Amino acid sequence: MSIELEIISPEKVVLSQVVDMAVLPGLEGDIAAMKGHIPMILLLRAGVIDLYQDNKVIDRLFVEDGFAEMKETGCTVLAKCIRKLNELSEQEGIERLAKLQQEYNSASNSNDTVKQRELIDQIQGANVIIDLAASHKHNQTL
Amino acid sequence: MASLKELRARINSVKSTKKITSAMKMVAAAKMHRAERRSRQAQPFATAMQRILVSLKQSLEDRSGLPTLLAGTGKDNIHLIISMSSDRGLAGGFNSNINRTLRNKVKCLQQQGKQVKIFPVGLKTYIYCRGEFPDLIVGPKHADYRLGSVEYQSAEQVAAYVQTLLDEHQFDVCTILYNKFKNVMVQTPTYLQLIPLELAVADGAEQNISNKQDIAFQITSQVDYMFEPEAEEVLHRLLPENLKIQIFAAMLETNAGEQGARMTAMDSATRNAGKAIDKLSLYYNRTRQANITNELTEVISGANAA
Repeated sequence: MSIELEIISPEKVVLSQVVDMAVLPGLEGDIAAMKGHIPMILLLRAGVIDLYQDNKVIDRLFVEDGFAEMKETGCTVLAKCIRKLNELSEQEGIERLAKLQQEYNSASNSNDTVKQRELIDQIQGANVIIDLAASHKHNQTL
Repeated sequence: MASLKELRARINSVKSTKKITSAMKMVAAAKMHRAERRSRQAQPFATAMQRILVSLKQSLEDRSGLPTLLAGTGKDNIHLIISMSSDRGLAGGFNSNINRTLRNKVKCLQQQGKQVKIFPVGLKTYIYCRGEFPDLIVGPKHADYRLGSVEYQSAEQVAAYVQTLLDEHQFDVCTILYNKFKNVMVQTPTYLQLIPLELAVADGAEQNISNKQDIAFQITSQVDYMFEPEAEEVLHRLLPENLKIQIFAAMLETNAGEQGARMTAMDSATRNAGKAIDKLSLYYNRTRQANITNELTEVISGANAA
């Protein structure tokens, strides 16, 4: 009972692999892509995709600004930013967060609501990066 | 008859031309490999995006009030053509193919009584349009109409402009005309209709493109999708993204194609220069020999007379 999973960024196909299940960070909650899943288009929030094989997590990938198409036999994830967990650095996340917060402040001064919403999404993304990088480091030191 | 000195000068000038063309060929080859790899790697995203949206459109067909980016304005009177070429010449028929195809398309649409607007991207097609269709050119303020170094941001700028035109109801149908990169030798001018979103290649240029991607379009069957969040929100986020991606993919293909075409053109130029040198050298040697014979005859006949 496996599905074909494809993870694609604008630059290249990052991953194309057969897995038992992939848990995707949907905008309104995590959703598992499995064989026989009803066809679905899903917007993703910034978060981690977990790939399962034989009830074990075999790989984890960070995605941001993406969406997924699920079908009964496969799942295609398209995302602007896809990275391995060990490529994320806490420092980078913190810097980005500071920059975004500045932008958000100037956007809220000018009452640009669309821009504000976009920035909130991005700020959440930066927070996720910081958390993930920290926990990844923590796991490695254990 | 040209003097020996003149011939030597000509041979030398052809030789240096040959050096330049062969250097340009090498440079184009290196650039092409990079550009082609970029273009090839970007293709799956664009194709998958297009496939998802096409099937999305099918499953939403019966709903009303679809975004104009997907369904168009419902009319077919004003056509916007994004014509894409390279900024520089010396690439064989690469740019003139685009311009010729553009002219035919514009003539054809005008005969049908449609209004046409052209948004040139790339200096070569802009210069052509300025001469041929000066009244039809549209573009953002202070646009330089260059393709430039192909970056995602430049695709975003083009897409943003198309979006504003659409919001102002300045056109009904938007197609992009670009050179599809098949291989080093062959780049075919191709139409891709962006708004309203179309299945596969529309008409004209080349219909027998039978690669996997286009087949993938055809076999996309009717699927009823669930959406999370609401379909409207998903569409609102995907459609502008799709526009950018498709334009970006076209830019990458143009970039790769330009280098490929230049490589081929410069290769044959180098070979032609080689032939020209051979011919001129032969002529030079014959002339030299003839001169020597002439002088000898003069010396001998002078001696005889004396």
